[in-house]
Amino acid sequence: MITLEHVYWLMGALAAGVAWVNARDASNPRRWNNTAFWGLYAVTFLFGSRLPYVASGGVVIAMVLVASIGKLGQTTRESQTPAQREASAARWGNRLFIPALTIPAVTLLGNAVLKTAQLGGVAIVDPKQVTQISLGVGALAGLGVGMVMLRPPLSAPLHEARRLWDSVGWAAVLPQMLAALGALFATAGVGKVVATLAERWLPLGSPFAAVVTYTVGMALFTMIMGNAFAAFPVMTAGIGLPLIMTRFGGDVTVMAAVGMLSGFCGTLMTPMAANYNIVPAALLELPDEYAVIKAQIPTAVLLLTVNTLIMYAFVYPR
Amino acid sequence: MAPLLAQRYYRAMLTLIGILIVVAGFAARLNPLLVVMVAGLATGLASGLGPIEVVAAFGKAFTESRYVAIVWLVLPVIGLLERAGLKERARTVIAGIPAATTGRVLMIYFAIRQVTAALGLVSLGGHAQMVRPLVAPMAEGAAENRFGPLPATTRVRIRAHSAAVDNIAVFFGEDIFIAIGSILLIKGFLEQNGIVVEPSRVALWAIPTAVSAWLIHNTRLLLLDRSLRRELASPSMRNDDAGAA
Repeated sequence: MITLEHVYWLMGALAAGVAWVNARDASNPRRWNNTAFWGLYAVTFLFGSRLPYVASGGVVIAMVLVASIGKLGQTTRESQTPAQREASAARWGNRLFIPALTIPAVTLLGNAVLKTAQLGGVAIVDPKQVTQISLGVGALAGLGVGMVMLRPPLSAPLHEARRLWDSVGWAAVLPQMLAALGALFATAGVGKVVATLAERWLPLGSPFAAVVTYTVGMALFTMIMGNAFAAFPVMTAGIGLPLIMTRFGGDVTVMAAVGMLSGFCGTLMTPMAANYNIVPAALLELPDEYAVIKAQIPTAVLLLTVNTLIMYAFVYPR
Repeated sequence: MAPLLAQRYYRAMLTLIGILIVVAGFAARLNPLLVVMVAGLATGLASGLGPIEVVAAFGKAFTESRYVAIVWLVLPVIGLLERAGLKERARTVIAGIPAATTGRVLMIYFAIRQVTAALGLVSLGGHAQMVRPLVAPMAEGAAENRFGPLPATTRVRIRAHSAAVDNIAVFFGEDIFIAIGSILLIKGFLEQNGIVVEPSRVALWAIPTAVSAWLIHNTRLLLLDRSLRRELASPSMRNDDAGAA
């Protein structure tokens, strides 16, 4: 059976390859920092499932120190000049889109097919991990099509992956780090403490105040946790169910649906949702790491207001 | 009893130290990796773990979150295609469509992303797979077509908007699909509290917000076009453009 572990081996191989390319590139003034950072990252994928947790923790701490105190660099070499890329673009034309679109096509197909696919009565893929495994399969399929079509040097994918990953830098690991922080918050019971504080200090006396507290609270708590999924149980147990539903007789379906979407408004406004907000800023080479958040704030604030009004208009029986 | 309760209260408040560190650290623009790690370790210590246990808890949480990183597997193929001129080709395609503007390109992508997400096709997009190699170059190309070479600040603004469209469209599309994670979470959490909800009704109540998100953000994209025109067009071009529109 194919599990996430196999996908992690691929990730480990990619990170190790990127470390190796960096080690051989004298044009990067901080090449040994990059080598150490991606090399350690490779260790977490290749051996993470077998290492004792305290050892993994040590590896992660070392990565963070390399990236924050040591700092990462970037190569100054360009693999192709802009003129070469223009010429290649003219030569290949729209066929260049084929490998790019293979990724989502195969990912979607994988999602649909692999969930139930069996070989001799045994599931080919762990059904709980289909989404992530399909993404891995999609990426491999895209690479396969690209290699067959373009026939570049065999080392090209690794060199190009290195160029992209180094341009994202430490931000590439931030989403995972934040997911880990969320898990630690949950163990320590941070959510419950915040809900207790909210119940104690916020004005909740009227049906409208309860709705505003719930929607705005969802957004704010999502901004702190970086994830509406972490905020939803806390805010719903603390404010939604006891007040909006039980005391004021609100409809639980409307409350939950619009409450979750209010949390999503918070996701748009926080650096804690790094994979949506900070990583793309790095991927698109924006000088301001908060540029994407700034572009989203007006929509998020307006939509949160609209959500509050939608909930107030429809949650209570008339 | 009172001092014990007070002690418990302060203990509980102490677990919030992680939030404090995160807010202060991000505000001071320290390296976010460092900020998050220190916040995690401090939260663990505040909740009563010993130093070794804290490092182990952090290592465990990091290891169990590795699935978040799988999207980076697309980098080799995306990089390979960029080397072969994918971004340049995306710009050329847009150059062949005279009616294309930055706002219109982004509005079309918004519609595709939101509708496909509502059908459960959430993987049809993403910053590494779609925005960097395709959407952002097209949005930039449309502006270059009209106004010539772009100032760096404009380029940055267009790219930031490209990323924003991907996020907003998927967030407020996916909840219309009944088997998406957030609806399953709502259903599961309410069931634990003895309340049964119908997933299709939860999905139905995502529609008013989805329509509002579409209206709000598309209006902003129209305004983006207008402000690009005001900033970049020379007086003669502005007349041209008014005539065409």
